[in-house]
Order: sequence, then C-alpha cells, then structure tokens
Amino acid sequence: MIDPNLFQLVCFYAFGAVAVLSALAVISVRNSVHAVLSLVLTFFSVACIWMLAEAEFLAIALIVVYVGAVMVLFLFVVMMLDIDMEHLREGFVRFLPVGLVVAVVMLLEMLGLIGVRVMHAQTLGANPAGDSNTAWLGKALYSQYLLPFEIAALILTVGVVAAVALTLRQRQGVKHQRASQQVLVNPRDRVRVVKMAAERPADAAPAQEPQA
Amino acid sequence: MPTLNDILVLLPEFYLVAVACLLLLLDAFMKPEQRGTLHWISVVVLLVATYLVVAGQPDVTVTAFGGMFVRDQVSEILKVFALLSTVLVFIYARPYLVERKQFIGEFYTLMIFAVIGVMLLVSAGNLIMVYLGLELLTLSSYALVALNRDSSLSSEAAIKYFVLGALSSGMLLYGMSMVYGATGSLDLVQLHTVVTQSAMPHLLVFGLIFMLVGIAFKLGAAPFHMWIPDVYQGASTPVTTFIASTSKLAAFGMAWRLLETGLGGLSQHWQPMLAAVAVLSMAIGNLVAIVQTNLKRMLAYSTISHMGYLLVGLVNAGPEGYSSAMFYAISYALMSTVSFGVILALSRAGFECEEISDLKGLNQRSPWFAALMALALFSLAGVPPLFGFYAKYLVLQAAIDAHMLWLAIVGAVFAIIGLYYYLHVVKVMYFDKPEEGGADQPQADASLRVVLSINGLALLVLGVYWGPLLGWCRHSFGLG
Repeated sequence: MIDPNLFQLVCFYAFGAVAVLSALAVISVRNSVHAVLSLVLTFFSVACIWMLAEAEFLAIALIVVYVGAVMVLFLFVVMMLDIDMEHLREGFVRFLPVGLVVAVVMLLEMLGLIGVRVMHAQTLGANPAGDSNTAWLGKALYSQYLLPFEIAALILTVGVVAAVALTLRQRQGVKHQRASQQVLVNPRDRVRVVKMAAERPADAAPAQEPQA
Repeated sequence: MPTLNDILVLLPEFYLVAVACLLLLLDAFMKPEQRGTLHWISVVVLLVATYLVVAGQPDVTVTAFGGMFVRDQVSEILKVFALLSTVLVFIYARPYLVERKQFIGEFYTLMIFAVIGVMLLVSAGNLIMVYLGLELLTLSSYALVALNRDSSLSSEAAIKYFVLGALSSGMLLYGMSMVYGATGSLDLVQLHTVVTQSAMPHLLVFGLIFMLVGIAFKLGAAPFHMWIPDVYQGASTPVTTFIASTSKLAAFGMAWRLLETGLGGLSQHWQPMLAAVAVLSMAIGNLVAIVQTNLKRMLAYSTISHMGYLLVGLVNAGPEGYSSAMFYAISYALMSTVSFGVILALSRAGFECEEISDLKGLNQRSPWFAALMALALFSLAGVPPLFGFYAKYLVLQAAIDAHMLWLAIVGAVFAIIGLYYYLHVVKVMYFDKPEEGGADQPQADASLRVVLSINGLALLVLGVYWGPLLGWCRHSFGLG
C-alpha cells in the first residue's frame, strides 16, 4: 500500500512539473492553437494544486472562468483569425493529437486528485476555523479585504471606460438608414404621374410610345 | 467590519470616486459644445478634493479598513501636490485638446480615476493596496496615452507602455509574493517588524530585488527607462505632462511605502542597489539628452536623470533623505508642469511645438513664454536661486550624510553635464534667428496664461522661500 502522504507529495510535484512545462510550451511552440491548449493545461494543473491545498472554490473558479470561458474564447479567436473552412477542417485533424495529449494529462491529474481524496490524506493547507473554503473566502472578501475588493471593481470600471473610449468612434459623413423616416414616407412624394397628350411627330417616323 | 469612521478617513477618495462616476454620466448626456462646463467642473472637483484632504487631515496617523489604508502627513502632502498638478494639467490641456478635436469627457474621467489611483497608492498600508492603487493609476494612464487614436506614434507608445508596464507589474507582484512567502504578512507595518527576524532572509532579498525592479520601472530610472522617451514623445502632450508630474509623485510614494514602511529592515540590502540605479539614471539621462533634437524626448531623458537624483535622496534611508527626496519629487512635478505647459501653450492647430528648432528666436515672438521656459529649464538644470537648485542641494546633502560622498560627487558632475542641454535650448530661444513655421503666437486662453505664469513664478519664489515647504516635508517624516 502506498503511503498517502507520499502519494500526495508525488501528486504535488507532478502537477507542478506539468504546470511549468506546459507554461514553457505556451511561449515556445510556434502554433498558436497549440499555445492556447498548453495554456489550458497550465491553468488546469494550477487548479489541481489549489485543490490539493483545499482551496476548492479558487480551483473551481479558475476552471470555470479561465479554462471554461476565457481560454475557449481565445481558442475561437485564434481559429477565427484564418476564416478558411477547408483550412479549419484540416486543422481539426492536425490539432487532435495535441488536444488528446492535453485531455489525457488532465484526466491523469483528476485521477491523482481523486486518489488523494480516497486515501484521506492530510491536506497541505490548514483550514481556518473549520469553515469551508468558500465560506472563509466570502467572509474575508467582504470584511477584511473589502477595500481592495472595491478598488478591484473600480479598476474594472476604468477598463470599461477605456475600452469604450478607445473603440467608440463617431465618424462624420457615414450614411445611416432612418427607419422612422422610411416608414413615414408618402408615396405621393416619390412617384409623380405626369399626364401628357399623345403626340405624333410631323414627319412620318414610326410611332414611338410617349414616355410617361 | 468597516465602520462609519473608516469611511470618513477615506472621504476624499470616496468623494472623487462618486464624482468621477457622476461626471461619466454627465458627459454622456452633454452636447459636445458644452464640454467647457465639464472642464471647469473637473477643475473645481479636484480643488474640493484638495480641500477635503487638507481640512480632514487628522493630527496623528490614522488607519482604516484594518490597516489597509493609512492617512498620514506624507500621504497628505503627496495627495495635495498630485491633485494640484492634475488641476494644472487640466488647465494647460484645454486649448490643446479643443484644437485637436480630442476634447472628450473620457480625458477628464480617466484622469480623475488615475488620481484616485495615486491617492490610494500613496496611502497604501498593505501590499495588496499598493498593487491595486498602482494598477488603477497605470491602467488609466495606458488608456490616456492611447486616447489619441489617429496618431500612429501614440498607438505605438501606448502598446510599448502597456506591454512593459504589465511586465513590471508582474515583476512587482512576483517580488511581493516572495516577500509574503518569507514573512507570511501583507501588512506593511507588520512586515517592518517581521523582516528582520525572518527565517528565510535569502528569499526576502530575492523578493526585494523584484520589487525594486518594479519601483525603478514606475519611476523610469535606468536601466528600466526604455519606455520613457517613446511614451513622452508619442503621448499627446497633456498626458505626457500628467505622466511627468503626478505619476512621479505617486512613484515616490510607492517607493517610500514599500522600501521604508515595509522593508525598512532590509535597508543595507537596498541601499547599494538604489545607489547603482541612481548613478546609471543620472549618467544615461544626462548624456543621452544631449543628442536629442525633439524637445519632448529631451525632457524625457531629463526625467530619467531627475529620477536618479530622487533616488540619491532615498539612498540615505533616513528621515532626512526621505524628506529631501519628497521635496525633490514635488519640485520636479512643478518644474515639469511649467516646461510642458509652455510646450502646450505654444502648440496650435496643426502645429506641435516639439522640436527644439521650433523654439528658435522665441524671445522675439513671445518674450514672456520664452522667459517662463527659460525659468523652467534653469530650474531643471539646478541653477540657483531656483527651486530645482535647492532640491538638488538637499538630495546631495542627504547622500553626504549617509557617508556616500562619491554619490554626491557623481551627482554634481552629471548636474554640470546636464547644464549643457538645458542651456542649449535657452540659447536657441534667445540667440537664434526665428524661422518660418516655428512657434509663433502662444495660446490666447486666459486661464492658461495666468496659471502658467503663476506656476512659473512659483519656481522662483519657492527657490528663494523654500522654508515652509521643506518644513512641511520634514515634519511629515518626524523631523523638527
């Protein structure tokens, strides 16, 4: 039987090694899709380390927010940069091996985590006041760290203001449709029916329809 | 839990946050031709904030939110001058912005958000607060530099500033995490007591080095000065003025909070590092400035050298040194607002007064602005009896007090070398023949003329009558 503490230590170093190696891959691989996939693996490994330290909330938040939302968005953007459908389909096969490697390493890490839990190993982190990690985090965030929390909100506000200021541009002389004026238009303003008497030219040219 | 008292301690900051949000709303409902109102509202708002800082100042140091925020005399002085220099930037910037169709509300709100960042940074009592205050300041600054979207030079400067700034923030954060790992404390006052008895002194010094890199980067001291010339030249001149004045006060505040309040116990480690950075800054700044032909770029290198002198004051690592460095930061903020203010006043629609050759024969065209520029340049060079001379004298004195005579001699030698390029500009203004297409008639805006004149004359007045300001600085560091 393996010593639970030893197994946990092995898991910690394994997760750390994967995190560092995949972070190196992010900046060294040439293919940008591979780089994004390596970044996913980095985040996942760090989340696993946090899980070992009983910081469940942070680990889950990292996976939900970064791996789930931000990185998938990155992946879309990187892939959309080249909007060639033939190329994309070809890319699926080409990126499959790397994707599989990332997925398999993630699976191994998850199994390792479950193993630690099954063995009821002692955890790395001390759990203050016996609270769950989430409850403790919530209390700290809204009491001791209230001011930094509010300033973080202020920084996000500045981000929004800056993004709007940098991208919103009111061009002069751009042609718009005005739907309200289009609806209000009177048919009589657009088409004018002119009645003219039929005329035949003096010389005997073939008859031409008078133009309305 | 935070109490009402905590909120009262932070009243100036909360007031500015609320007003900045209101101004954002007001701007959205404002017609472009009413923007002048927004300008004057912003000026009044900052003056009221200055009043709140001074009037609500407690006699003793108070903390709020569990030590996160410290309101002491050092932060008070830095806040007052940060707010006042931003008011100067607003007043100098208006004609320039109006003529370039950059007169938008975001300029004012982002500037106010940046000032809030400065105020939080200089009052930080915790490593987290230092970092967040710094981010609030720098994020707003990146956006302000990029605000001039039609200029490719601005976009380039913004990208460089952003990438290098993010890198330096990462360095700072990495250093902080090392220090936290070694001590288990984020609170600066607690840090001060535990650093000397830490079980991991090497890890602490390792973290200290990274924090020092972050500080040197924010100050713009060599060898972390690469961004300064490009950003100064590329940003629109009002934003450059802001970065050269208010940001430098904030960087001094951050350096003092981190190095003295937090890691004062490690001063024997950071003193030699700072001395090396100071010598490099004085050398690179003063020598490279000589070959510049662009005025804004020359002033950028002059900033680098001035940050070297500021660090000479910090190297002293005692209250005398800190007060002299703070005096230097204030004097630099006032001098740079005058020099950039004249550049702003001489620029007009379709003409940027940026090249040194644009100033040729300025004395014949507008003698008063030539005199103001000469005053600012002489003060930057450290010619008595101007403000800059006394500030330089104090920091060199502080170095001698710290038994670093060599540092003071190096500083004095480079001050004399620096005299050359300042005098070169004065010579161009007074003895060269005016050229077609150079700086012509300055802006007619009355508020700009009056305030710029007062600001310029203040350099002369404070150079002679420096006693009260120095006394205030010394008092804030507990000196008589």
